[in-house]
Amino acid sequence: MSTFLQLVVNGLGKGAVYALLALGFVIIFKSTEVINFAHGSLVLFGGYIVVVTRDALGWAGASVLGIVTAGLLALVIERLLLSRSRLADPASLALLTIGVDVIVTEEIVRRIGVSVPFIGEAWDANPVRIGEITLFRTHLVALGVAAVLITAFYLAFKYSNWGIAMRAQAENREAAALMGIRSSRVTATAWLVAGLLAGVAVLFIATQDFSGSGLSRGTHSIALAAFPAAILGGLDSTAGAVVGGLVVGIAEALSAQYISFDFSKSAVFLVMLVVLVIRPSGLFGTRESTRV
Amino acid sequence: MSSAVMDKPVAAVTAPKRLRWLRILAWLVLLVVLLALPLYLDASWLKAGEYAMVGAVGAIGLTLLVGQAGQLSLAHAFFLLAGGTAYCVLAGPTKDERVLGFGLDPLLSLVLAVAFTALLGLAFAPVSGRLRGIYLGVASLSLVFLGLYFGQSASTLTGGTSTGREPAAFELFGFPFDNTGPRIEILGVPFRQAEKSWYLFLALTIIALVLAWGAVKGRIGRSWRAVRDNEASAAVMGVNVARAKAGAFAISSAYAGLAGVMTVLWYDILKPDESEYGTYGINVSIAYLAMVIIGGLGSVGGALVGALIVNGLPQVLALYSTQAGLFTQSGEGAFTPVLVSIFIYGAAIILVVLFEPGGLAAIGRRITGFSRKNPGKEGPR
Repeated sequence: MSTFLQLVVNGLGKGAVYALLALGFVIIFKSTEVINFAHGSLVLFGGYIVVVTRDALGWAGASVLGIVTAGLLALVIERLLLSRSRLADPASLALLTIGVDVIVTEEIVRRIGVSVPFIGEAWDANPVRIGEITLFRTHLVALGVAAVLITAFYLAFKYSNWGIAMRAQAENREAAALMGIRSSRVTATAWLVAGLLAGVAVLFIATQDFSGSGLSRGTHSIALAAFPAAILGGLDSTAGAVVGGLVVGIAEALSAQYISFDFSKSAVFLVMLVVLVIRPSGLFGTRESTRV
Repeated sequence: MSSAVMDKPVAAVTAPKRLRWLRILAWLVLLVVLLALPLYLDASWLKAGEYAMVGAVGAIGLTLLVGQAGQLSLAHAFFLLAGGTAYCVLAGPTKDERVLGFGLDPLLSLVLAVAFTALLGLAFAPVSGRLRGIYLGVASLSLVFLGLYFGQSASTLTGGTSTGREPAAFELFGFPFDNTGPRIEILGVPFRQAEKSWYLFLALTIIALVLAWGAVKGRIGRSWRAVRDNEASAAVMGVNVARAKAGAFAISSAYAGLAGVMTVLWYDILKPDESEYGTYGINVSIAYLAMVIIGGLGSVGGALVGALIVNGLPQVLALYSTQAGLFTQSGEGAFTPVLVSIFIYGAAIILVVLFEPGGLAAIGRRITGFSRKNPGKEGPR
């Protein structure tokens, strides 16, 4: 029982990080209908900035800089590439982000080389024991940070002008534009926020506790697990992203323990397939209806 | 009424007919050149060309699925692995202690491996039939992860990640395609493994190409495009939507399976990946998608050019670099030929989506002035 409890708590910690990434996907998808395949490269980019600046700025300063630059990269991608072709089909813009992802990822992996730097200094590899249970500090911090960020996002989404504008745009783009909502500003902010969340996530991913490996190509693969999280929750549902993230985290932790570590990556995707077969738009996604 | 207006209908009638002959002629010239190349090129250059042909077969399958049937798939790498493994198991020696083999005839094994991957693609129908576009793309990504796990755990089939297994050399009715068998010499050029495989791969590519053209021009292709453009209206017109979608996925998988067999023969080893990045990893799925996007979604000819760029370029760069001393650094932070080609095709994807959504196929059509709306060769959905 104590193992199970331990797995669930650690799974929730992992899930919180996936939730941050998935939330980024969903924010971008809601405002632009584009799936951002470059999310993994945003994660890598933020992590890379932390690695190169932490000697000069210290860990905390480097982390802040990493988060900000990840957000800025997302903003640049949106302003420089996607906003240029607003009339293009969202599906082909998703393909465009694959091109971006490939370039950014390969360049960063080249720069990292064979070193795989860990970046969770403040809390990494220092587990807490409570009675029978061993908990990873990284996961606990991640859970706390994610809870704060996600709550803040919800409040902003619900009450701030930006949140209202974004929801209006997701509802009906043209009507929102006619009401005086600046569509380009909403979209740009969405990308910025998604990039910032990716920058936060990497601080937890490239750690001993989370992946047992530092910043590398593997970090990008881990970030891919945010796909099933976002999809299984429903791509256009922010609540779905959070639930999806937690489900993915727990599924990964449980299958790694009870089946095999190698299987845990596939298990996450299998859970997504099962959900998709039953509910093709995810758990909380809007069902598509066809008008004839 | 200017003369330009009067000329127009005439030009529109004659141009396609004349161009059709030109096109056939161009393809024939290309075929003759490709047939003659082994007489002139080194084995290493032939090997590079063969790798492009592996890509071409896989890309044709993917362009049918993504461009014609409108289903995004990132599972291509999984079907490569499945096809390659099926061939190795079917044709493998029966008396190996370590890995399973049935010792079937290599040609039969190849056909069965392709049929097997088609069935595997069909088995994905409950998912592929329900999902659309991006949802399907991400769902299909799960197959790559399953393939990774399968490659690692089913080591009696795949040989495991550390050693892999050797595929049985291909034979056609007793004629071997490796360096065994009688010594052949044509016009003073000895025909060894590279030369023989060139013709094998060329034949497979041509079969793949002709079948794809047939599918695109025929009833199947029309039903795919109808489903792609609007599922509801396709159903109203009497297209069995579920069958068309499942069929497109199965056929595309079969192509990937053939490309997988070719991959295994090309490397002369089946070696499953240790991580998501490798011979059958996500990067390969993305590379195939890149070929299809660069060539123009739905264009069979474009897929060939895309394969030449994505799969051919790293090989050619590697060969040139040893001669010219480019990209020869190794170790940390090096610009390898593979890396440079990834940058090039990554940039090509971005440029194509931004400036020419029809891909190279659309550019080609504009250059030749062949602007007749061909329903089979339209841009992305």
